[in-house]
Amino acid sequence: MIEVDNIRKVFNMGKPNEFVAIEGVSLSIEARKATALKGPSGSGKTTLLSILGCMSRPTSGRITLLDREITSLPERFLTDIRRGTFGFIFQQFNLLKGITALENVMVPAYPSGEKHSALKERAMSLLSLFNMAGKADSKVEWLSGGEAQRVAIARALINNPSTIIADEPTAHLDTKLSGELMGIMRALKEDGKTILIASHDPMVYESDVIDRVVEMRDGKVTHA
Amino acid sequence: MQLLEKHKNIIDFTLSSLWRRKGKNISLIVVYTFIIFLVASVMFFTHSIRKEAALVLRDAPEMMVQRLVAGRHELIPVRYMDEIGKIRGVQSVKPRLWGYYYDPANGANYTLVVKDELKDSVGSVRVGSGVARSLLISENAAIPFKTHDGAYLVLKVKSIIPSESELVSADLVLISEGDFRRIFAIPDGYATDLTLNVRNSKELTTIAAKITQIFPDTRPILRDEILRTYDAVFNWRGGLVIVVLSCAFFAFIILAWDKATGLSAEEKREIGILKAIGWETSDVLQMKFWEGVVVSLSSFLLGVLLAYLHVFFASSALFESALKGWSVLYPEFRLTPFIQAYHIATLFFLTVVPYTVSTIVPSWRAATIEPDSVMRA
Repeated sequence: MIEVDNIRKVFNMGKPNEFVAIEGVSLSIEARKATALKGPSGSGKTTLLSILGCMSRPTSGRITLLDREITSLPERFLTDIRRGTFGFIFQQFNLLKGITALENVMVPAYPSGEKHSALKERAMSLLSLFNMAGKADSKVEWLSGGEAQRVAIARALINNPSTIIADEPTAHLDTKLSGELMGIMRALKEDGKTILIASHDPMVYESDVIDRVVEMRDGKVTHA
Repeated sequence: MQLLEKHKNIIDFTLSSLWRRKGKNISLIVVYTFIIFLVASVMFFTHSIRKEAALVLRDAPEMMVQRLVAGRHELIPVRYMDEIGKIRGVQSVKPRLWGYYYDPANGANYTLVVKDELKDSVGSVRVGSGVARSLLISENAAIPFKTHDGAYLVLKVKSIIPSESELVSADLVLISEGDFRRIFAIPDGYATDLTLNVRNSKELTTIAAKITQIFPDTRPILRDEILRTYDAVFNWRGGLVIVVLSCAFFAFIILAWDKATGLSAEEKREIGILKAIGWETSDVLQMKFWEGVVVSLSSFLLGVLLAYLHVFFASSALFESALKGWSVLYPEFRLTPFIQAYHIATLFFLTVVPYTVSTIVPSWRAATIEPDSVMRA
C-alpha cells in the first residue's frame, strides 16, 4: 500500500545543528496489516511515521501511496490525501481543550464540507462504538486517560481512513488501558484498516495484533 | 453547497474558539464597540443637526439686511425699506424686531422676537418650552422683564410654544411690538433688521450688491451663508470631538494589534493540531478570517446601533454640551434620523477591514507550520 524508496530526512539543513533523522530507508507497508516501528528514543520512528502519514516531506527519496507517487505533491493535495487516507493518534492525544468530546471528534472533518448534522451523527456513532456516547458533551479536560484515548481514536476514524497511525499510543497508559488499546487495534484491523504503530513498549510490538515489526536505530532500519 | 457547508463548519468552530477565550474576546469587543459607538455618535449627531438646521432654515427669509456701525450691528431705519423695495427682483421687504434679553435670575439669554400675531395682545407673551422649564412657569404665569430704565414690565404668558419646534423655539419669547420697544427703548422708525424675499433666487447676489451700493452701511446676509456657517460650526465641533476621541481610537488600535499579532502558545498549539488532523493552511486562515470578522462586525453593528439609540433617542447625552455649545437653555428635542450611507461605509472600511486583516496576517506564520511538529510536541 505504501512504498518508501531510499528516503532521507535532514532537519536544519546547512545549519550548524544539522541533524539526519532518517537515512536510506526503504520500506513497503502492506494494506490491512498491522506494522510496528520499534526502536529506542531518537531512532527515527516518529519521523518515519510522519513521512509515511504525509505529515512531512522527506529531504530525498520517494513515497508511493497506492501506486501513486506523492512525494512532490503540493500541500493542498497532500492534505486532502492525508485527511482521507490516514487517521492519527498522537502520543499526547492532542485533543482540543475547551470543547466537548463530540466536537473534538468532528473537527477533522470540518473542511470537507460535509453537512453538520450528518457529521454529528457519524461522530456520535463512533463515540458509541467506544462506549463514549455518554461523555459526548463532556469537555475533554474532564475525561480520564482512557476516555481521552478513546476520543482520540474516534477522532482518527471520523474521515473513515484506510490507515491508522499511532505514535507511542501507550506512553501515558497503564497496563489495563494499554491492553484495551491493543484490543481496539485488533478490531480495526479486522475491519480492514491498515495499522501503523511506533512504540518502544513491548506490550505493543510483542502483541499478537502486530503482523510485522520494523526495527530502527539511529535513523536506519536494522530489521524489517 | 459543499463550500457553504465548509464555511458553516469553520464558523461554528470559530465561534466555539472565541467562546473558549471569552474573557479576552469580550473585553476586546466591549472596547471596540465603545470606540465605534463614540465615533458613530459624533457622525450621526453632526450630520443630523446640520440637516435639521437646513430644514428649519428652509422657511427663513432668503435675505436679511443689517446695518453696521463701526463694524457692529446697529438698528436699521425702517425708511431703508422704501429704496430696497424698488430694486428689481425684490418681492417683499419687511422690518423685523428681535433682540436678546439676559435674565440674571437663571443666567439665561432669551431671544425676544416681535410677532404680528401678538399685536393685539399687548402685555402677553408666548414663551418657548426651554424658557418655561428654566423659569418653572406655565400658561398665565407672569414674567417680569427689566426695561432699559430699570423698571419692570410684567408680562403674562399667553401660551407655551409647542415642543415640536424646540430646536428653534426653546429660548424664544414672542412679544408684541409695543412691549418690545418699551423694554429695549427702540424708537419708532427703527428695526433690528430687514427681511427680503426675492422672485428669483439666482438674483440674490446681485440684489445684495445693489443694496450695499445704495446703503453702504448695510450688510445683506443670505440664507445659504447661514447654512454654510451651521455646517462649518458643526463640522468643526464634530471634528474637535473626533480629534479628542482619536486618542482612544489609537489606544484601541494598539490593543487590537497586540491581540492579533500575539498568538498565544495555546493558539499556536491549536493551529498545529488542526494542521495535524487534516486542516490545510487555507482552512486555518479562513478560521482566522472569520474570527476577525465576527469580532469586528459584531462590534461595528453593536456600536452603530448604540450610537443610533444614543443620538436619536437619548439626545446624545454623552457629549451634547461639546456639540451644541455652551448654554443654559438647551432645547430638548429628538433629532430626526439622518444617516448617510457614505459615513457608515467609511466607518466600516476604517474599522472592520483593518481589524480583520490584522487578525489574518500574523496568523499566516503559525498557519504554515509543518503538521509533524505536533508529533514532536
